[in-house]
Amino acid sequence: MSIKITVTVNGVKHTDKVEPRLLLVHYLRDVLRLTGTHVGCDTSSCGACTIHVNGKATKSCTLLAVQADRCKITTIEGMANNGDLHPLQEGFNQCHGLQCGFCTPGMIMTAADLLQHNRKPSEGEIRTALEGNFCRCTGYHNIVKSVQYAAEKMSARKTKPKKEATL
Amino acid sequence: MSTNNGKDTSSGFIGKSIKRVEDKRFTTGNGRYTDDIVLPHQTYASFVRSPYAHAKILNVDTSAAKHMSGVIKIYTGADVAAVNGVPCGWQVNFKNGDTMKEPKHPLLVADKARHVGDAVAIVIAESQEQAVDAAEAIIVDYEELPCVVDGSKAAQAGAALVHDDVPNNTCYDWALGNPIAEVDEAMSAAAHVTTLEFVNQRLVPNAIEPRCYNSSYDAITDKYILYTSTQNPHVIRLLMCAFVLGIPEHKVRVVGPDVGGAFGSKIFHYTEEALLTWCTRQIGRPIKWTATRTEAFQLDAHGRDHITKAEMGFDNDRKIVALRVKTFANLGAYLSTFGSCVPTYLHGTLLQGLYTTPKINVDVTAVFTHTTPVDAYRGAGRPEATYLLERLVDLAALEMNVDPVDLRFKNFIPPFDGVNQPGYQTQVALQYDSGNYKGVLEKGLDMLGYADLRNKQKESSKNGKLLGIGFSTYIEACGIAPSAVVGSLGARAGLFEVGQVRVQPTGKVSVYTGAHSHGQGHETTFAQVVADKLGIAMDDVEIHHGDTETVAFGMGTYGSRSLAVGGSAIVKSIDKIIEKGKKIAAHKLEANADDIEFASGKFTVKGTDKSVSFGDVALTAYVPHVYPKDLEPGLDFSSFYDPTNFTYPFGCHIAVVEVDKQTGKVELKRFVAVDDVGNVVNPMIVEGQIHGGVVQGIGQALFEGAEYDNNGQLTNASYMDYCMPRADDFPMFETGTQVTPCPHNPLGVKGAGEAGAIGSTPAVVNAVIDALWSGGHKVKDIRMPLTSERVWRAMKN
Repeated sequence: MSIKITVTVNGVKHTDKVEPRLLLVHYLRDVLRLTGTHVGCDTSSCGACTIHVNGKATKSCTLLAVQADRCKITTIEGMANNGDLHPLQEGFNQCHGLQCGFCTPGMIMTAADLLQHNRKPSEGEIRTALEGNFCRCTGYHNIVKSVQYAAEKMSARKTKPKKEATL
Repeated sequence: MSTNNGKDTSSGFIGKSIKRVEDKRFTTGNGRYTDDIVLPHQTYASFVRSPYAHAKILNVDTSAAKHMSGVIKIYTGADVAAVNGVPCGWQVNFKNGDTMKEPKHPLLVADKARHVGDAVAIVIAESQEQAVDAAEAIIVDYEELPCVVDGSKAAQAGAALVHDDVPNNTCYDWALGNPIAEVDEAMSAAAHVTTLEFVNQRLVPNAIEPRCYNSSYDAITDKYILYTSTQNPHVIRLLMCAFVLGIPEHKVRVVGPDVGGAFGSKIFHYTEEALLTWCTRQIGRPIKWTATRTEAFQLDAHGRDHITKAEMGFDNDRKIVALRVKTFANLGAYLSTFGSCVPTYLHGTLLQGLYTTPKINVDVTAVFTHTTPVDAYRGAGRPEATYLLERLVDLAALEMNVDPVDLRFKNFIPPFDGVNQPGYQTQVALQYDSGNYKGVLEKGLDMLGYADLRNKQKESSKNGKLLGIGFSTYIEACGIAPSAVVGSLGARAGLFEVGQVRVQPTGKVSVYTGAHSHGQGHETTFAQVVADKLGIAMDDVEIHHGDTETVAFGMGTYGSRSLAVGGSAIVKSIDKIIEKGKKIAAHKLEANADDIEFASGKFTVKGTDKSVSFGDVALTAYVPHVYPKDLEPGLDFSSFYDPTNFTYPFGCHIAVVEVDKQTGKVELKRFVAVDDVGNVVNPMIVEGQIHGGVVQGIGQALFEGAEYDNNGQLTNASYMDYCMPRADDFPMFETGTQVTPCPHNPLGVKGAGEAGAIGSTPAVVNAVIDALWSGGHKVKDIRMPLTSERVWRAMKN
């Protein structure tokens, strides 16, 4: 049995028939071939699969693809704007916030959600926001600095925080 | 100069924090990990794995599964019984000279399962879901058998045998150092002996990318391609072709694309790599398998698992006079690729530490148990050695009521540079290359503000908290390794590295290295070295790695070896390019090659302003119209570099903790790390390596540990149960550096990948013990990880 879903991913509308048991992360990776979203565990613990669903950071292994029907999704592939990197993408490079890169998309998506709601997070607030995303390489030190870099950069641009979207 | 401008060549690149060139693909979701690869006609594999630690396999019924939708083929242990198992790459001998026991590690088990997760059958299907569904429909009849999980009990009479042909479950017994009688005598004469019995607990490596393999076979060309999440593609190819499958090496291409962290766990040749390659030959279609996290917990080779009794003797002047160590090393159910060398040549050889201890003996019994195989995990043997020594030193200081800092200064090996002063010959086989051990401790104390902290310690108890300060001054053997030395110690491979530098006709440079980057940033640091040495822009250098088809050969990345060994191979090739370039330049400039000097990208006739650029010389090499006689065209050199010694990075790590007197909760307040890794090519990347290692080391001290029950079940085989270090567990780290160049490689580098994980663990545990002593709890040891409960119980008892 397959169910038809329509989702908008990174601004592009997709309609597909999917098995009801298909996880959203596998829909993104295997059906849409958006492989920037990663799978690191089977218990929704590691955060490597974090995306935005209707503007909110969500572990895409916690949803079935059918639950995302009619949702707006942003993945790491949709974070740059016409080739301009998102301040977080720039910050992770400037502050050496990544090594192997496997957790990086999830980290950026979680941090982006934080910065939508809190333009000037403290170090402690950043660490708390990221505690659901595992990194085995960096020791988190430079990830925290990367998020601070992006926060400062976004503040300097006087970007207003987006209104919180709901699922 | 800007530190982020690949075009700038004004003042060299070595020593600068150049931002990583590889980042863009990772931050934009364009990394290409093995699981991202889907091949035409792709199939998928799933395994039937033993739920028991030790069980006889009575029957495997695939009759229902093989007719299920999408199922292509099912293989069981009987199908691969004639295929070799995966080999071990290091031979350790018993004390009596007998060869270690090497039971077969089959691709699928037919007779018995020997640990939870041992593979009984593989299902290949059109989709991953179909493979999983069919695997669940296979019915295996098991007869559960008694098992042994504790490394200290496996060799005892009556323990269940893991392999029928391995008596006492003993893979080998082994000793190193001074004769035991001499050590016993020195220990008996000691004025004070500090004794510590402890467990260096088993850890699960937990690279965030699970292992993944995608193997394919083309019958027309008789060629195989294996994409694998590995640290060393050529090693995998060699082991798989020559030792397991008996297929021709030149017909097999192994590719390690982007790899999502490894930490040692992706060095090893795992059964699934060979099995998928065997299966793809049978079915003629590509097969992919990606481990679930549960499989990663059950199958990725674990780390550590030593049970040790260690004694350190001191004279009246508090000089260390003897060290005696007895360790039981748990190797798990099978010998993993380098499992045998970790508790021996990577552990026993490091027990000199930074101290002048004149008499040392280490005795290791390595045993099989019904658990996941154990092998190298970040640091591999050196963290175990460092933990042992540094715990003893801090504990001895508490017992003798002296400052742990003073005790170290009294016992440190004096500074030596390995050039004007000779290397330091240890009692345990190694010769240290260069070191200034007191220097890193002095710097650490400065950064810490030691005297103030000791004053604060006296005050802290009033707030319900116990403040503790813990030290660790470590050394490691890296830059693995001189082939002749490791060969004499049992290695079944050379440990050189290969670096090819191909100058293109336009002067652009392609570099092929046998090292493999899985987070280390080689595409940046190696390009820094090449651009610096050739005086060209970093943008003009491209680093290639991870593919046996493009890279001549390689031993891969582990043991903090990439720059020290792989970088040195590249430098050798650059030297050859410059030498040949001088001949071409001399011909163009009508001068003698001996009179040409090369600097800043120009070949110049000494003492004149006559010069040609590197680019001109490159073009001439490929358009050799006006060209020296007897000189081949082209500008392309490959070099093998085999180091003459290990490198010996060292450092000082200091932890400051607060222990809650009511709950036992440990809070890490500060962490100071001063590391001397020799010369540094990219300080930003080295610091990042230290941060990551420190968190893995602190993870061992405070959070992590594989827990087996008596039935051999790994009871915390998920992220819900195994405590991974998280962002909110740590303060910002305070890092410092000292530079004592390596005297024996051309870059003077020592390696930075493992330092953090080696130095940090004992510093944190020492800090907690120090805190407890400051509160009057004279506790010698708390078993890692130091959970609130364990610390609370230690205070109550």
